[in-house]
Amino acid sequence: METSKYRITQISVFIENKKGRFYNTTRVLKEAGVNIRAMSLADTMDFGILRFVVDKPSEAFEALQEANFIVKTNPVIAVAISDKVGGLSDLLKLISDLDLNIEYMYTFVNNLDNKAVMLFKFEEIDEAIEKLLKAGAELLDEEYFERI
Amino acid sequence: MMFWEKEKETMDRKSIEELQVELLREKIEYAYKNVPFYRKKFEEAGITKESIKSIEDIRKLPFTTKIDFRDNYPFGLLARPMKEIVRIHSSSGTTGKPTVVAYTRKDIETWSNLVARIAAAAGVNDEDIVQIAFGYGLFTGGFGLHYGLEKIGAAIIPASSGNTKRQVMIMQDYGATVLVCTPSYALYIGEVARKIGIDPKKDLKLRIGMFGAEPWSEQMRKKIEENLGIKAYDNYGLSEIIGPGVAGECEAQNGMHIAEDHFIAEIINPETGQPAKDGEYGELVITSLTKEALPVFRYRTRDITRITKEPCKCGRSFARMDKPIGRTDDMLIIRGVNIFPSQIEEVLFNIEGISPHYQIIVDRINNLDTITVMVEANANLFFDEMKKQKQLLDRINAELKTTLGIEVDVKLVEPNSIQRSEGKAKRVIDKRKF
Repeated sequence: METSKYRITQISVFIENKKGRFYNTTRVLKEAGVNIRAMSLADTMDFGILRFVVDKPSEAFEALQEANFIVKTNPVIAVAISDKVGGLSDLLKLISDLDLNIEYMYTFVNNLDNKAVMLFKFEEIDEAIEKLLKAGAELLDEEYFERI
Repeated sequence: MMFWEKEKETMDRKSIEELQVELLREKIEYAYKNVPFYRKKFEEAGITKESIKSIEDIRKLPFTTKIDFRDNYPFGLLARPMKEIVRIHSSSGTTGKPTVVAYTRKDIETWSNLVARIAAAAGVNDEDIVQIAFGYGLFTGGFGLHYGLEKIGAAIIPASSGNTKRQVMIMQDYGATVLVCTPSYALYIGEVARKIGIDPKKDLKLRIGMFGAEPWSEQMRKKIEENLGIKAYDNYGLSEIIGPGVAGECEAQNGMHIAEDHFIAEIINPETGQPAKDGEYGELVITSLTKEALPVFRYRTRDITRITKEPCKCGRSFARMDKPIGRTDDMLIIRGVNIFPSQIEEVLFNIEGISPHYQIIVDRINNLDTITVMVEANANLFFDEMKKQKQLLDRINAELKTTLGIEVDVKLVEPNSIQRSEGKAKRVIDKRKF
């Protein structure tokens, strides 16, 4: 099965909890002409991890690295669900039934035919893609993020 | 194996000690005649050259300290008139009046010879092109290495320190094969080189590094050797004694051979002043045997190290001193526990992927000493998942606790947020003193 097109490139940035660091990352992306599609910020006392899904991941990666940020890329999966009561609950039940372990997740609401998009990081990404597709989940491919 | 003065460097123990006793007796008489400060000191302690019969008798002599240099600032300790002095150096004086030292023409000759010895022991020869990135000036490092390497016949680039990009450019264009600087500056040079697209291993011809002027760990040596593709050698000296060249590593890289035909080295317990046992760590105390302008007796170096007289595979018979693990004055006492910054460095550098840039912040919060180790994060230390990130921090914390015996707070900071040094690195910020 062709799973690689469902691997969405996510950019992670290490940021110290200092004034202006978050702004600086977004400024770098703005100057590189990169559009942020979804993002999440995980924080601890001293530093945070910023995660982005963008329209042009390689440009974003290079620009951030050039600006001396610590950057990494990781694949995540984007699943579209209907924007109605119980939509997320149903998806999480499916994931649980499929015995997949979520590392973290965040959401991204979009005006796409009354659907919401959930971004997931799984330990075994290819296995997750295969199982989810087989179970009939609607996965978005990387092109989708360039297009919108 | 290269020797500069093989006959002297391979003398047997008995001949070394006989020579040391003879020179020490002469020097006591010389200082008594020429330096009022020593005359008074020796009279008070009842010392004459007759007091010295064996090498152990050196313990009868009183110590000399940095305070003695300050009390006699600037020229009170000189044994020769200014007419015979050809060079003056001094310490930076950041902690008070600088210590001033002086050299006669013969002293410069002796010094150059000592440096030539350690350079030859590290494998430097007359074909080499040596870039000296030590600050030139009052600091003994620059000129000391310069004259010694010139004596060997190497081609010297007196680059001095600073303007790191230019250092890299010169290194590449002139094809430098040997680098002389502080170990922390060597790492920084490697970093700058890569930043401007030069791979030190491929694009530079460096083969040997002679590093000194600050304490560094075995792990730091590995990092420098890997980053620059060289063999890194440690050397030791201090201006009060003569400058660099007092001791240096041979190709065995297993301790620095002390030039025992010019110096007597002892290890004492810094608190009691009593001799330490063989192989035990303590404060290094040095007596100069051949200096004309400024003889010193039992100078307390404040450096903590240990000495072995076991044979070395290079064939040199001179005793070897370990890399100093720290100085009595930069030993940190944290909640009653003695800690040297080098112990922290050793733990950090044993962790794969850790950046060589770190800083130790000591503070007192609610009457409790705290110690925070700032480590620069990099792609190897950054995980996209908090769980893994926390595991790494917990591991560093646990290893530091095992080594130091106290809790340390480790903080990951952004790259380049710790200040780079072109000379001696500032590893510790002790806010308790402010």
